[in-house]
Amino acid sequence: MNMDKTDYDITSIRKDTATSLLRKMLLIRRFEERSAQMYGLRKIGGFCHLYIGQEASGVGATTALNLAADYVYTAYRDHGIALACGMEPDRLMAELYGKREGCSKGKGGSMHFFDVSRHFMGGNGIVGAHIPLAAGHALALRNRGEDGIVACFFGDGAIHQGSFHESLNMAAIWHLPVLYMCENNQYGMGTDFRRVSAVDDFSVMGTSYGIKGRQVDGMDVLAVYTAVSAEVNRIRKEGSPGFMEIKTYRYKGHSMSDPARYRTKEEVEAYRRQDPILLLKVQMIQNGMLDDAAYEKMDTEVKNICRAAVEYAESGTEPEPQELYQDVYA
Amino acid sequence: MNRVLQKVHQSEAGMMETTYREAVRAAIDEEMQRDDRVILLGEEVAQYNGAYKVSQGLFEKYGDTRVIDTPITEEGFTGIGIGAALGGLRPVVEWMTFNFSLQALDQVYNNAAKMRYMSGGQLSVPVVLRGPNGPAEYLGSQHSQALQSIYAHCPGLKVVAPSTPADAKGLLKTAIRDDNPVVVLEAELMYAWKGDVPAGEHLVPFGKAATIRQGEGVTLVSYSKPMAVVKKAVEALLAEGIDAEVIDLRSIRPLDRETLFTSVKKNQSLRSGG
Repeated sequence: MNMDKTDYDITSIRKDTATSLLRKMLLIRRFEERSAQMYGLRKIGGFCHLYIGQEASGVGATTALNLAADYVYTAYRDHGIALACGMEPDRLMAELYGKREGCSKGKGGSMHFFDVSRHFMGGNGIVGAHIPLAAGHALALRNRGEDGIVACFFGDGAIHQGSFHESLNMAAIWHLPVLYMCENNQYGMGTDFRRVSAVDDFSVMGTSYGIKGRQVDGMDVLAVYTAVSAEVNRIRKEGSPGFMEIKTYRYKGHSMSDPARYRTKEEVEAYRRQDPILLLKVQMIQNGMLDDAAYEKMDTEVKNICRAAVEYAESGTEPEPQELYQDVYA
Repeated sequence: MNRVLQKVHQSEAGMMETTYREAVRAAIDEEMQRDDRVILLGEEVAQYNGAYKVSQGLFEKYGDTRVIDTPITEEGFTGIGIGAALGGLRPVVEWMTFNFSLQALDQVYNNAAKMRYMSGGQLSVPVVLRGPNGPAEYLGSQHSQALQSIYAHCPGLKVVAPSTPADAKGLLKTAIRDDNPVVVLEAELMYAWKGDVPAGEHLVPFGKAATIRQGEGVTLVSYSKPMAVVKKAVEALLAEGIDAEVIDLRSIRPLDRETLFTSVKKNQSLRSGG
């Protein structure tokens, strides 16, 4: 495994950067806890895939981007990355509720958050099917002479789809500015990724297409931020695609209906002990960037934001049935 | 400019006899010239000049950033075309035949057709998906399918099926300028068909059927290549003293219900085939 926890020097990380990373991760954690609670109360219907445990992955990676120029595509476990891209918790919770005030007018739901103004391109529900879209978008940026790159997240379940392999090949032959990131949370629904993959180290999966893969510890937000920043800079400079495996873990089941009996309590506990929020909190305290009081204050703030998001969603309006026939055609 | 393109461009005014193949090529060429966001991608479209020579000369004229040879990856390059549309281009994706488009069906149904709706109207997907549909000759089951019903069934798509060179040019130009995903059904056996085509700007609107023959007693409705059979049927019916009305749908989705209903109300009988 090429993972290296000492890839970065924490003293080179600015305090405001570390604080921002911590706050975004905490916001996602509290938002997802609220989502689970409201789902339990049947306020939210349909599928609901929580990002709890994976916060360092989406936050570290998106913080390495310049979202004024860059674009983000992700799969259906999209709440965390949408928040990390700066989307408003109010409009996301309203979308979970299926309300007109939602970020997709209530027509997307949990799996289809969109915010074109923030360059967040979904929220895509078919496993692996958004991977070619990201390459195509990168081709458009290149042809239009724009500076941005496209970052595309997908899970370990998507990596064996033909769309992944077809896209990496074309991204490589056409030198497209796209960064593919496999968030390996180790279970494709209930299937351990090792049971369905010929290799355990996904970072080698780009090599058939001449793309040197990297593997990064996705429980460590500074490692993700540092590694993705380096790869983004390389792509901007060289204009050729990148591929990274971010090793992460989801604490909850695949979706709200999954009790996750396919893994042991001990395994989950082992990951909780290296919780990404706890890890950064401790690192920041040790390096004089944070104290307990400041952490508690931050936590209270994000909890209030998430409570307000629920109130916003509760007071939203249900779309009218005829709105089903709107937004089908441009 | 090479000879093939010159031939189409010779006459700037009036009509000129053109093959269906040249009409499709002229539509792509004119739109690429008009709008640098228009690109063409697919298997063999560039250096080989197209499996059916539809794109002959375009690579030479526009270069490899706009006329792009892809590997044999229908799902992948169709998805890349859709993604390029999301990124602000107006791609024309060529499927070598519609038989192979089944490999890309998920991209069409779940991405091209649904991104606008799922995003609450934030996105548009101005992509054209085109190529020969329907049987050619002696090709066996896997290369002889007419798949229009699969595409016409899907909300979010528009589907057109030109039966003449003039409509091939006019509908394709309209398709390239449309902000929605448009499926354009051509046919291998039609590429050599000849017909008069207006030179230069010629746009045929979607959702407008052509009543190509007024008649009484029965209405015959079809589209695309079977229109040739319908024309023969008209002759046979005339010999029996039946004066058929003939409608060429041109566009399958949206469907011109008004023209159909008006004709059926008048004639009280409709026969369709496609």
